[in-house]
Amino acid sequence: MISQFFVLSQRGDNIVFRDCEHRGEVQKGTAEIFFRKVMFWKEDGEGDAPPVFNVDGVNYFHVKVAGLLFVATTRVNVSPSLVLELLQRIARVIKDYLGVLNEDSLRKNFVLVYELLDEVIDFGYVQTTSTELLKSYVFNEPIMVDAARLPSLGPGGIFMQRSKRMPGTAVTKSVVANEPGGRKREEIFVDIIEKISVTFSSSGYILTSEIDGTIQMKSYLTGNPEIRLALNDDLSIGSGGRSIYDYGSSSGSGAVILDDCNFHESVHLDNFDIDRTLSLVPPDGEFPVMNYRMTQEFRPPFRINALIEEAGPLKAEVILKVRAEFPSSTTANAIIVQMPLPTYTTRASFELEPGAVGNTTDFKEANKRLEWGLKKVVGGSEHTLRAKLTFSQESHGNIMKESGPVSMTFTIPMYNCSRLQVKYLQIAKKSKTDNPYRWVRYVTQSNSYVARL
Amino acid sequence: MAPPVQSQRSPSPSQPSGKGEVSDLKLQLRQLAGSRAPGVDDSKRDLFKKVISYMTIGIDVSSVFGEMVMCSAASDIVLKKMCYLYVGNYAKVNPDLALLTINFLQRDCKDEDPMIRGLALRSLCSLRVANLVEYLVGPLGSGLKDRSSYVRTVAVMGVLKLYHISASTCIDADFPAILKNMMFNDSETQVVANCLSALQEIWSSEASTSEEASREREGLLSKTNVYYLLNRIKEFSEWAQCLVLELVAKYVPSEGSEIFDIMNLLEDRLQHANGAVVLATIKVFLQLTLSMTDVHQQVYERIKAPLLTLVSSGSPEQSYAVLSHLHLLVMRAPFIFSSDYKHFYCQYNEPSYVKKLKLEMLTAVANESNTYEIVTELCEYAANVDIPIARESIRAVGKIALQQYDVNAIVDRLLQFLEMEKDYVTAEALVLVKDLLRKYPQWSQDCIAVVGNISSKNVQEPKAKAALIWMLGEYSKDMHDAPYILESLIENWEEEHSAEVRLHLLTAVMKCFFKRPPETQKALGAALAAGLADFHQDVHDRALFYYRLLQYNVSVAEHVVDPPKQAVSVFADTQSSEIKDRIFDEFNSLSVVYQKPSYMFTDKEHRGPLEFSDEVGNISIGIESAGTVVPVQRVEANDKDLLLSTSEKEESRGPSNNGSVYSAPSYDASAVSAAASQTLLELAISNPTVSGHAPQPSLEIDDLLGLGLPVEPAPAPSPPPLKLNSKAALDPSTFQQKWRQLPISLSQEHSISPEGVAGLTAPQALLRHMQGHSIHCIASGGQSPNFKFFFFAQKAEESSTFLVECIINTSSAKAQMKIKADDQSLSEAFSALFQSALSKFGLL
Repeated sequence: MISQFFVLSQRGDNIVFRDCEHRGEVQKGTAEIFFRKVMFWKEDGEGDAPPVFNVDGVNYFHVKVAGLLFVATTRVNVSPSLVLELLQRIARVIKDYLGVLNEDSLRKNFVLVYELLDEVIDFGYVQTTSTELLKSYVFNEPIMVDAARLPSLGPGGIFMQRSKRMPGTAVTKSVVANEPGGRKREEIFVDIIEKISVTFSSSGYILTSEIDGTIQMKSYLTGNPEIRLALNDDLSIGSGGRSIYDYGSSSGSGAVILDDCNFHESVHLDNFDIDRTLSLVPPDGEFPVMNYRMTQEFRPPFRINALIEEAGPLKAEVILKVRAEFPSSTTANAIIVQMPLPTYTTRASFELEPGAVGNTTDFKEANKRLEWGLKKVVGGSEHTLRAKLTFSQESHGNIMKESGPVSMTFTIPMYNCSRLQVKYLQIAKKSKTDNPYRWVRYVTQSNSYVARL
Repeated sequence: MAPPVQSQRSPSPSQPSGKGEVSDLKLQLRQLAGSRAPGVDDSKRDLFKKVISYMTIGIDVSSVFGEMVMCSAASDIVLKKMCYLYVGNYAKVNPDLALLTINFLQRDCKDEDPMIRGLALRSLCSLRVANLVEYLVGPLGSGLKDRSSYVRTVAVMGVLKLYHISASTCIDADFPAILKNMMFNDSETQVVANCLSALQEIWSSEASTSEEASREREGLLSKTNVYYLLNRIKEFSEWAQCLVLELVAKYVPSEGSEIFDIMNLLEDRLQHANGAVVLATIKVFLQLTLSMTDVHQQVYERIKAPLLTLVSSGSPEQSYAVLSHLHLLVMRAPFIFSSDYKHFYCQYNEPSYVKKLKLEMLTAVANESNTYEIVTELCEYAANVDIPIARESIRAVGKIALQQYDVNAIVDRLLQFLEMEKDYVTAEALVLVKDLLRKYPQWSQDCIAVVGNISSKNVQEPKAKAALIWMLGEYSKDMHDAPYILESLIENWEEEHSAEVRLHLLTAVMKCFFKRPPETQKALGAALAAGLADFHQDVHDRALFYYRLLQYNVSVAEHVVDPPKQAVSVFADTQSSEIKDRIFDEFNSLSVVYQKPSYMFTDKEHRGPLEFSDEVGNISIGIESAGTVVPVQRVEANDKDLLLSTSEKEESRGPSNNGSVYSAPSYDASAVSAAASQTLLELAISNPTVSGHAPQPSLEIDDLLGLGLPVEPAPAPSPPPLKLNSKAALDPSTFQQKWRQLPISLSQEHSISPEGVAGLTAPQALLRHMQGHSIHCIASGGQSPNFKFFFFAQKAEESSTFLVECIINTSSAKAQMKIKADDQSLSEAFSALFQSALSKFGLL
């Protein structure tokens, strides 16, 4: 049971505010109370405000999407998962409708958003969050924000985005609005998005590694055709003999072994055990078909080598090496390598390899951090950065303990570490002439990619 | 919607100030109202949007109410929707205006288009004006029978809205009965789900006054109802599934096979991508198997993978909610998760609220096989840039050290921390080394060598300083510089702001004096003088106390202040197991995220939709029992830093116990309790102010300290012998109802014998035994060391019923009983029967 729902901008302005119950349970002014609390949480030295907190008996839930705060309040002891999931889903529905979710599009379309909210929540109870179902209740047409400035719709579009945790597809087309030509283009996007986490020990061993993947779908097909999605034949689920299915599996070399996975409710698993195909009638809008998790060993895309050495009483030298261990046909984008330096570091001067292009180097004075950016890294290549540090005090031989670990962020398009594949994507369609566009795209992103010193 | 109240807020420069624009809008709307020109709907839409945007940013646009209503008489559905939105926002504060809209809303409720019927009905019910409720009943009645499922879903919620405006109108119109009927017969699952939500709310709030509503509410949990909903579960939307699952979690199956049927049916819900569905399913599994230890453990194994997947997929917010639940389960059954420790390693980019949970989980799952790796990992975090997390990590290492048998390697690590020369690392490590020494005095040689090298000038944090001073006092024999360091600290007495540190300083210098009198005498004199002059009362009192002790007899003083210490075996847990159980019962709610039971952060009416079993728990585990009774071998702690506060307690308790506790030859719980109680009895009697009302009060003191002395049963005024009906029968819902209604007629606590504890390894045996005495178990649960049983019995040849809640804690060897009876005059007699039955089992 939700009392209020609102969306705040980064500056704390109310963009949308809906009182779901009018029960007078939650007092007015909650948006201000909420925003103040979130702002001051950090200043109180407690880090980010948690997604759920209680002020004077009112529970505040929030999720951050596209720089906006989606907030719900209630006095009832509800399921936090349910409310947070709901907030995320509301954001997704709005994005399905508006094509692009940001402050601008939300402000232009707030009447439509109210209309959606009225159907999503009635008297605090969730009614539906299915874009498909909502289409029949919602009548306002979305007002498109300037699409010219947005990335193209092509398969490369995804790689322009750099959202931290879950990159959305760059498909910025509303599920309801018509194309300028008047006719909708029949197409379907399937994205295999993998976030990888690796921790290397100081000697370069892999301490932990995990892949968290999602098969995300966004369909613009008319007539709700059934879709069959075939994955690797040798895919198995449940590691270390704790298989939840009994395949009598022979997990030979090369087999993809997932620890666990879950599925969208529209997915039928009738044939999954036999031939690893998922069948579903995709609902309108964007949704995850399947989430999976893998701790099976894989070849990490980058090796990091970091060294810090004293070079005189108030001086030290840092050498950072990054080697791309993926095929040379693949290129990684937007690579950033960061390394915290001892707090008494006052200056850093950098030295790149001769002929290095698209590199940026920086010493962030405020948090004593070294930052090395590389626009592109081609598979198989190696890059080195040298930095000379100046200290304001002697280091007592502790510099190894006072710096690091080195962390790395990157995006590698058309590459995935798990080797999970969509073998084919079949669309059951009556007419043979009309062949919808099918986009199957892979992307690997760093989640927590760390090398210790 | 932006409440009108907010209009008082001064508008920011970017926003229109209101007044002028609003009257302008009013004018334009009026012009358009009657117009039939082409394209007029579009202009109206634009104006309406403007009105609503003003409303959102908090400008009062209620003055255009009339115009809005006039304009939306047209059939454009977008206009109508905007108008409904507007009306819904302002009707409550303008009841007169609301009356204007009733007509057109009622007309729209009969529109051909089901969308318009539904929307109009929703708006009508959202007006929330009490004197207009009479207009709602008719449209609601026909809405519930509408052929469009959309209208029916809206109508069901409308009934709930009506109930909140005027409960009596809703009940008089017999709407709940209609909803109940619809719940079982409607083809549309969202209608069914809304009926369930509405009925839960209505009957729960009626239950306090109406016997019938209370019966109906329990009826929701009947086998028929639960099975009906479960069989349709896959047709429901994911949100409605959560609702149904929440209900099923409260269902008490009458036979074991049902449990497996339900779990098999719900098995695939664990693979749902929606975390809320998965958690709700897990709650069902956990609740159903509470009394089946083996299966319960299998459930833990089964839910591990889905939970871990949810934690690593989805947004950080969603994964936090799931992680909090995983945290709860890990803390409950760490051994099940001990091989999954790597999943609890922190990632550098995680927010600190996530890291904190993970650190606690790592601490909990550490065992002999994984400790080395976990501690190595934690040590990495100690150098973390995030200082609060670095501190937590060091504390985690310390906690692991305190719970492990083989602390060799860990002690080395801790000592390395001391050498890192980072203030906060040193501070945390000092506190830990002190705790470690209290538990493992055998490590003193190694630790002291390192601690001795720390300059007290580099330690600023009071807790760390206090720890260092404690060690200086305790080990002054072995620390060469101890008297001189203490002396220099005492010289700076004036600059020492923390009373805690000054208290420790007094005690430490005393201890040092007993061991090395000539070197310390001067420092002691200075400390006592400074202490006596101290403005802080405790410091002053302690100084005075020490002074008098010394004056009286130095060897007695030594005996009191510095007796040989026993190692502390167990440090007290912050949360009582009852509170933890309560949080577990409230699985999949905010209680888990806040790590508090709901009564601590929310008032009664907001605890959640269905509170049946919780209420039973509520009575049994009130706030008052949360932590006032502390078992003897543990030391009560309420501070965040448990160990430090316990050390203070011990010290302050020492003198009042005349030292007898600490000099007792072996630290045996029973011996101590006897000795302590004896001391207290003596104190009570010898103390003239207390002796006035002895011996009764002295017994109360015993109880207060929870020493568990068997209370003499008061001789009952010769009651007629009570005979119980051996074939008594009572269904769970009646039990729950009775339990709620009846007051507690007897509440007792008993110590249980070790043999009894052993017997409880198979609680089934106890249940069979009790049945042999015509006392039947209706529900039982819990895991070692906490067991909870609900028994009932009936008087032979009469329908007088007795209900018992019996909570047994095997680790503290206590049994708490609460007896409720239809005929309270018989409860004493029943209690005697119950106890004799328990003692025949060997429990008492």
